[in-house]
Amino acid sequence: MRFLLRRTVFYALTAWAAVTINFIIPRLMPGDPVKAIMAKYQGRLDSSAEQAIRTLLGLQEDKSIWQQYVEYWSLLLHGNLGISFQFFPTPVAEIIRQALPWTVGLVGLATIVSFTIGTLVGTGIGWRRGTWADQLLPLSTFFSAVPYFWLGLICIAVFSVGLGWLPTNGSYDRSLIPSLNAEFIGSVLYYGILPALTIVVSSIAGWILGMRNMMVTVSSEDYVTVAQAKGLSERRVLFGYAARNAILPQVSSFALSLGFIVGGTLVMEMVFSYQGIGYVLYQAVTTHDYPLMQGCFLVITLSVLAANILADFVYAGLDPRTRQEG
Amino acid sequence: MAIDSTILEDVPADVAPALAAAAPNKRKLLFLRNSKALTGLAIMAFFGVIAVIGPWIAPYDPNAIGPDLLQPPSWSHWMGTTHTGQDIFSQILVGTRGVLVVGLTAGIIATLIGMVVGVTAGFVGGAGDETLSALSNIFLVIPQLPLIIIIAGQLPSAGGLTVAVIIAITGWAWGARVLRAQTLSLRKRDFIEAARANGERTWRIVGAEIMPNLTAIIAAGFVGTVTFAVLSQITLAFLGVTSVSDWNWGTILFWAQNNLALQRGAWWWFVPAGLCIALLGMALTLINFGIDEFVNPRLRSTGLRARDLRRRGIRPRIGFTPVVRETPAPGAAKEDQA
Amino acid sequence: MTAPQDVAAPPRAAEPGDDTPVLQAVGLRKHFPVRGLRSHDVVHAVDDVDLELHRGRVVALVGESGSGKSTIARLLAQLMPVTGGQILLHGQDATVRNRRGFCAYVRRVQMIFQDPFGSLNPVHTVRYTLTRSVRIHQGKLRGQALEDALTALLTRVQLTPVERYVDKFPHELSGGQRQRVAIARALAADPEVLLADEPISMLDVSIRLGILNLLKDLRDRLQIAILYITHDIASARYFADRTMVMYAGRVVESGDSESVTQDPKHPYTQLLVRSAPDPEDLDARARGARGEAPSLVRPPTGCRFNPRCPFATDVCRTEVPPLLPVGEGRLAACWGYSDRPDRPSLGSVLDAYGQRPAVDEEHLAAVEGVQR
Repeated sequence: MRFLLRRTVFYALTAWAAVTINFIIPRLMPGDPVKAIMAKYQGRLDSSAEQAIRTLLGLQEDKSIWQQYVEYWSLLLHGNLGISFQFFPTPVAEIIRQALPWTVGLVGLATIVSFTIGTLVGTGIGWRRGTWADQLLPLSTFFSAVPYFWLGLICIAVFSVGLGWLPTNGSYDRSLIPSLNAEFIGSVLYYGILPALTIVVSSIAGWILGMRNMMVTVSSEDYVTVAQAKGLSERRVLFGYAARNAILPQVSSFALSLGFIVGGTLVMEMVFSYQGIGYVLYQAVTTHDYPLMQGCFLVITLSVLAANILADFVYAGLDPRTRQEG
Repeated sequence: MAIDSTILEDVPADVAPALAAAAPNKRKLLFLRNSKALTGLAIMAFFGVIAVIGPWIAPYDPNAIGPDLLQPPSWSHWMGTTHTGQDIFSQILVGTRGVLVVGLTAGIIATLIGMVVGVTAGFVGGAGDETLSALSNIFLVIPQLPLIIIIAGQLPSAGGLTVAVIIAITGWAWGARVLRAQTLSLRKRDFIEAARANGERTWRIVGAEIMPNLTAIIAAGFVGTVTFAVLSQITLAFLGVTSVSDWNWGTILFWAQNNLALQRGAWWWFVPAGLCIALLGMALTLINFGIDEFVNPRLRSTGLRARDLRRRGIRPRIGFTPVVRETPAPGAAKEDQA
Repeated sequence: MTAPQDVAAPPRAAEPGDDTPVLQAVGLRKHFPVRGLRSHDVVHAVDDVDLELHRGRVVALVGESGSGKSTIARLLAQLMPVTGGQILLHGQDATVRNRRGFCAYVRRVQMIFQDPFGSLNPVHTVRYTLTRSVRIHQGKLRGQALEDALTALLTRVQLTPVERYVDKFPHELSGGQRQRVAIARALAADPEVLLADEPISMLDVSIRLGILNLLKDLRDRLQIAILYITHDIASARYFADRTMVMYAGRVVESGDSESVTQDPKHPYTQLLVRSAPDPEDLDARARGARGEAPSLVRPPTGCRFNPRCPFATDVCRTEVPPLLPVGEGRLAACWGYSDRPDRPSLGSVLDAYGQRPAVDEEHLAAVEGVQR
């Protein structure tokens, strides 16, 4: 009980800190965004529009920082993330809502696949040492040391440009209209293969290594020896005793990485021109689109927080020792 | 009761264990004997040398435009040229310095902050611990890459050191958390209580009793942070978020991407830079492996010994100690008696 | 508090056993708060303990795990604050309030710990550990003076030749050697009191005698007052002058070691002494002790041993017995030795448990079934 209370307080605090940081950053940066947007529209907007924009963005010069902060919070709580400069007058929430499912879908799937394969391989390597599978570890480490985008570029060069098997970029065939039919879904999957493959290859080393190290540590524990001495089948000992304990930190890492799904694949989306939230954030940064930047950052941070909460509870559920501590 | 002093005299003499009495120096060299760590260190040293002498040995000025446009590798240009005739090999040489400087600086700063925060939180406990933990948790949860991109994207000309500082500020939290956990567990050990009971001052306990036990973890954290810093910096340069006038490997890739090197088939433009990054990353990871195996002896030479056993027809399994009976040479039997 | 100069060089009289105790605890009490959202519960680790340590004499504190004996050691070493009671050094209140007071106190009262490997920092050599101790307590010695001090310490604990041990790491020494180093570290302060918290429990049986003899030697030659904490009452008989038995945070019996171990008065002490397995008495196995140590958060009312005591009556369950005289210089906290009309009548503890004189297979199985 006390455990839950402490974690809730902590997460509330972190959420507040994230929102505040989100509020502060653009205001620390040089340049006046409103003037920038005015310049962009080059005289097509008159001065009254400037006032309107200031109010909309909460950048009124006559209000103190504290008032701006309070207004920012009230806007947030109404679900209003502001209006994008770049895609004026589309609200930020709308843009994010369109982009988010792509990121979550692709990267979520890829992370799950990477986790599953990596953990299984790591279990195998950690349990039965000295087989050919040991070579997988340095190999996958090499691929994870390669910068992600470079790997993506090479894949594109080889598979798309060179062999022509897979498309070079985009999230789906642009000649199709997004709708829930088999053709569209098929196209989505087809376009998603290369990005997903790159993510899996790049990140699998971490899972393999983590699981292998845990397996090595766990398999030298006495309870595994006892289980074998009892005469249980190797599969039973492996999955029921050794892996069951070794997987605890892995699960925790997995839940944490769910949070990074949203934010960490910026580069992937850039390389493949995939319309996810990372790509949107990138565009926002390069065009100094503050509301969109803030909105994206907020969404990313809150999803990382949510993933952390999930990780905590999953870990508490799996490992009885953590429950005792509270 | 009279003390039998003969008992006292005999006791310590023959009880000394038959451990290999490794002097303090030999213990540290054990780490270096690890082949993985050695390879990693060698590669790092190689890049370090290039970082220092790179600009001097570069055959061309990386910015200088030349007549040979988009040429594949040749004798005059070992890694080919860009679309404006710049020599890619020189760009890589010069760029090494930028990469290593930023990586190491960020690593050092982040490790220092992590050490101070983590060990203090673990040792002090109570309210101080709660505050510092909350602080590091906040930094841990906030996604690093987007934050770095946002901050760096706003600063007009983010030079190398600025980037290093930003990376350090967003990346110290993981090391702090790990150090805090280790300090907490060390604090309960008897030798800390004994030091306290002996009258040691607090700062001496932290500095001279706890810290030496944490060196392996600090080293691993440092290496990890440097890896993260290098990759972040390259990514930033690639995205064009940081200044493109400072040469580093990411800048090369930025220009390559912007000038559609892929589509033109100019593989020599972006392959070398990527390979260098991969090599550096591999080196750092190998060093980390070495540290891991040093700290956790169970991970050492797991593959080697198993291969050896297999050659003798023994299948290695967990919790199973192979006993091999070999017929001794006739002369050796006598020595066994001793 | 006396000035540091006086504290550093206490007088050493030749004859042992002065009247004034060197270290004395009066009504010592320690309660640990239980962490919880709404709980005000406390763990009653130590309650109403009086202790006296005299020069050149050893007092043994015997008890099972959870009886509070290690807590007493830490209280006496002032590593944690007391909840109640007083600690007196040479008759004067010795509660430390600041760093300086603690340093001065520590120069006279030293502690050695149970785990010889755990109490030495694995990354430091013996030389470093002892040098730190010497520097803190004997001043900033260097060069030859420091070497001489180290040699003197190691010689005093019989780790000779000194060169063989001084540059070793803890993991290169055996358990007995490590414990000797820990004792040497404590001796650097030239203390008057040594608090030994189960110093031999984690050592091989063959090494234990050596360490005990070393402690005896220190007692006789240096006239140090030693508090010897143990769960093994037999070693208390060998080594200590006085023995105190603790149960669930309270003292239940005290007296000279010989009498307490040969003729125990309190039912718990009888259980301790007589529960050693005797291969010639198979019946004893059937008459084994029942029960476990009680919870210290909600200890039993009255005498804390009453749930396990075969003689307990109503008065035992309601009122806490004080330490009553049961012989020459002997005390026992049991109502059975009082003059009250409703006191329990005591007999042999082990006989009270068992019903049958011979080993019965059925009975044995039943006993073992209950215990499982």
